[in-house]
Amino acid sequence: MIRATLKSLAARKLRLAMSAFAIVLGVAFVAGSYVFTDTIDRTFDDIFGGLSSDVVVRPDLPGEVDLMSGFNAGTTTTIPADLVDEVAALPDVDRADGEIESQSMFVLDTDGDVMTTQGAPGIAVNWHDGPNAEGDPVLELVDGELPEGAGEVALDDRTFEDSGYQIGDEVQFVSTGDEPRVSAELVGVVRFGESGSLAGASLSVFETGAAQDLFLDGEDAYSRISVTAAGGASAEDVRDEISAILPGDFEALTGAEVDDETASAIEEGLGFFTTFLLVFAAIALFVGIFLILNTFSILVAQRSQEMALYRALGAGRQQVTRSVMLEAAVVGVVGSTLGLLLGLGVAQLLKVVFGAFGLELGGGLVLAPRTVIVSYVVGIVVTMVAAYVPARRAAKVPPVAAMRDDVVMPDSSRRVHGWAGGGLLVIGAGVMAVGLFGSVDDAALLVGGGILGVFVGVALLAPVLAPPLLRVLAGWYPSAFGTVGRLARENALRNPRRTAATSSALMIGMALVTAISIVGASANATVDRALDDGVRAQFVVSNAVGQPFSPAIAQSVGQVDEVDEVVSVRAAPGLVDGDQTALQAFDPVAYSRAADLEIVDGSDDLSDGGFLIGEDQAESEGLSVGDTVRLTLPGSDEEIELTGIYAESPLLSGGMIVNQQTLEDGAVPAVDSLLYVVVEDGADLTALHDSLDEATADLPTVTVQDQEEFKQQSRDQVNQLLFLVYALLGLAVLIAVLGIVNTLALSVMERTREVGLLRAVGLSRRQLRRTIRLESIAIAVLGAVLGVALGVLFGVSLQRAIADDGLEVLSIPGGQLLVFVLLAAVIGVLAAVWPARRAAKLDVLRAITTE
Amino acid sequence: MTTDTSSPRTAARAVDLAKIYGTGDTKVVALGGVTVEFTAGRYTAIMGPSGSGKSTLMHCMAALDSSTSGQVFIGDTELSELDDRELTRLRRDKIGFIFQAFNLVPTLTARENITLPLDIAGRDIDKDWFDTVIATVGLADRLGHKPNQLSGGQQQRVACARALVSQPEIIFADEPTGNLDSRSGTEVLSFLRRSVREFGQTIVMVTHDPNAAAYSDRVLFLADGRIVDEMTDPTAEKVLERMKGFDAVGQHP
Repeated sequence: MIRATLKSLAARKLRLAMSAFAIVLGVAFVAGSYVFTDTIDRTFDDIFGGLSSDVVVRPDLPGEVDLMSGFNAGTTTTIPADLVDEVAALPDVDRADGEIESQSMFVLDTDGDVMTTQGAPGIAVNWHDGPNAEGDPVLELVDGELPEGAGEVALDDRTFEDSGYQIGDEVQFVSTGDEPRVSAELVGVVRFGESGSLAGASLSVFETGAAQDLFLDGEDAYSRISVTAAGGASAEDVRDEISAILPGDFEALTGAEVDDETASAIEEGLGFFTTFLLVFAAIALFVGIFLILNTFSILVAQRSQEMALYRALGAGRQQVTRSVMLEAAVVGVVGSTLGLLLGLGVAQLLKVVFGAFGLELGGGLVLAPRTVIVSYVVGIVVTMVAAYVPARRAAKVPPVAAMRDDVVMPDSSRRVHGWAGGGLLVIGAGVMAVGLFGSVDDAALLVGGGILGVFVGVALLAPVLAPPLLRVLAGWYPSAFGTVGRLARENALRNPRRTAATSSALMIGMALVTAISIVGASANATVDRALDDGVRAQFVVSNAVGQPFSPAIAQSVGQVDEVDEVVSVRAAPGLVDGDQTALQAFDPVAYSRAADLEIVDGSDDLSDGGFLIGEDQAESEGLSVGDTVRLTLPGSDEEIELTGIYAESPLLSGGMIVNQQTLEDGAVPAVDSLLYVVVEDGADLTALHDSLDEATADLPTVTVQDQEEFKQQSRDQVNQLLFLVYALLGLAVLIAVLGIVNTLALSVMERTREVGLLRAVGLSRRQLRRTIRLESIAIAVLGAVLGVALGVLFGVSLQRAIADDGLEVLSIPGGQLLVFVLLAAVIGVLAAVWPARRAAKLDVLRAITTE
Repeated sequence: MTTDTSSPRTAARAVDLAKIYGTGDTKVVALGGVTVEFTAGRYTAIMGPSGSGKSTLMHCMAALDSSTSGQVFIGDTELSELDDRELTRLRRDKIGFIFQAFNLVPTLTARENITLPLDIAGRDIDKDWFDTVIATVGLADRLGHKPNQLSGGQQQRVACARALVSQPEIIFADEPTGNLDSRSGTEVLSFLRRSVREFGQTIVMVTHDPNAAAYSDRVLFLADGRIVDEMTDPTAEKVLERMKGFDAVGQHP
């Protein structure tokens, strides 16, 4: 039996390839996600791994250092210079180097543009030649000289190459310090670590005194101390020795501990990215299941006589089932292998794309054993799950069928499927509703599971829904295309289960795209309304690269004529009762002059400290006015009182609001993330826009926007995200297209004699191609219509569920949805190209005489 | 219909028609230079043992297969000069087909199957002629049925009606009764006979059944790719007798 299965497989290489295709794509996505994120991990490990010396002394930061927010926030707590000498004097310490580091010293290239990738830090350090834990230098001078004294700087080689500067040029910087604009003479070029890769960041090196002037207000202090152990002493011993003499607010860690901490912070940050990609891989595989299920169903149907022969020759049902499952396993193995290879290609492509955006990842791709194992397990399991139903059906073929000419596959009752599908649909919708509207812990899991249930339910119902829908969708074919149209319509209707399964795959992709587009349109409409109704400030000042900016900007903007009020908004991470929370800091009284801030309980007066919180947030945390929470910032740790509760709005989503003094007391650097500018009545807005542009001219990345521009910017951000999601969902649609191609091609094979007959009685090749094309369009549009209908359902439920959390306005982009359906018709045309050509090429004589 | 016997028109003819598969040692001569005429309004049967080339002759004559050398004319049209599109049109407008099995498109009703060539061509249906054909094959109450709701004999009669309704120059029938029981087979054969006698239709039928051949006006005997004999006004006994001779020859080459 096994040999018979393998031989039959080998004889059907083309079919094998086609059914493996879905697996290949799904697995490629899984493998690509893993390989790419592993490669990023490795790059960051390289960057940060070689950075630490044997022991590091630093201010004792509460909680874990969150690297991603650390890029923007950091701390102003410093280490006094004499502590460095004390540490250096310890017996087991070979040397101790004071280090100064800033994360926000951005290099401008010769065109005046910021050189770092969005979100990546502009790192500035002081020069010292202390080694890392392996004894290698962290920085190496490769050209020119070291900076000596104020006004001199060295850049890393990658930044240097891209900047257009020559040694001796004056390099321009943007910083978040008191002086937003800094320049220094380029005297040298350094190389960082072995690969020189900084993953999109830039590195500028200053002389220690100059760095202290720039970043520590001239204080003779450091951000941390790098300690090198004397020969023979272990890092742990040295750490303990140093800890013994350190004042309470500093800590000593071994380099390995710091590296581990950094690595886990990065993994946490990238974990989201991996999850994001894997969700799409899961969608792709789920869609792939339909494709495989369909392919195997058709293949089994075509081989039913062969199966019956086996049964007649004495093979048991089990053996027939097993033979189909074995075939599935082989397809799974082949598909997984190819998928893994394609996944490497996908990761390489992503790497190139990231490189083009400035985030260069050094070294080759990382293929972890976990990636290989997961790829094969997922590929094989998915194939076998999808093949199980057809396998069971194959086993039910009665032996006597071998003797008959026309075998009709035993078909499980459509009504049973209908009931099961309806049941699943109801249960799925219910679970989804609980996840969306109930107050439960695993809401995301419930919503995901509910959506899955709805998809499977509709897919099971589809054979029942398809015929009436197709009669409508393809009803006009005969009157428009005559006999060709009638043939196409009847072909689409002749096997509802197959048509339904094929279009279900497209339905899933379309439903998700539709839901996302509704959420996106609603987000845009909500922001528009919030800005129209809620913001009175005529201008908004923000930083294009997403970085905070110097408070000096607020001052110069405030001095512009006819500016009435400048409201600065700051942001920082903090720990509230031990949990990491994003804080916003502004003066609520001033803020309410620029934008809506409706206090529902308590007062908006934060002049004596305290905090505000959103209504829903307060309710879910069980907080009322007068309660206290413990707020931990880099330099402070104290109880803070709830003074007021505000109504959530799209602009203020409910988070904790403190005054700016609280942040400064907590040693958070004073940097603004946004400024609202309220102008005097009757001011000439156009002229004022120009004046404001002038006031911020020092910082090329800081832009002044009027309300319309600000709206457009937030719309652009939403749309950018939408396009990313569309691109990823495009993969699911691609698999669905392959499903249509596959079904059509197999149907054409199945109908070889019919095609031959039609050609013999005078159907031209062109008419034959059109017949297949019209059938394909009917299948694709059916999938799109079902998908858009489901997607509207999902999108509206989603919007309703989070209406209170900043998605107030429902907007259904009708035109866009129509475009999706039309696109589906185009997809249908494209999917039919190959099967149609194949059918048209059939030799008439051979087609008629084929057995 | 033209039943002018004084100067019989030729519906189709082949001149020195040859079909050779493969080259060298693997060369197989399916047709070795056949010259034959099919007179309009006559019913011709082609007989011969398996591998005699009778099917190949029919396929080449019916524009389903290309010949290695020689010429085929349908009416005055020489097939080798036509491209694929023109051949398709010729099949559609000038030739009718009845195959052994699988004659009907399963998704179309009997009526739609019958008018299929006309519908494809976008030609109008001659209502009177359609009714005449339907009455002749006796399918008036079956027109709305799909093929799987018809018996084998009914399906073949639908196929015959389809071949007739477009009034082609010539109808080629390939073992039209091969899959039928004798009663249904007789029905189909009498119907073909009648369509020649009453409507002047030209029919060429390949068969290996002497009883079927007996319905024709003329029987051509093929062996080893050549026409070896011809018989007019055949009876089943005469044909059977002649066929036995072939078997004997076949056994003693």
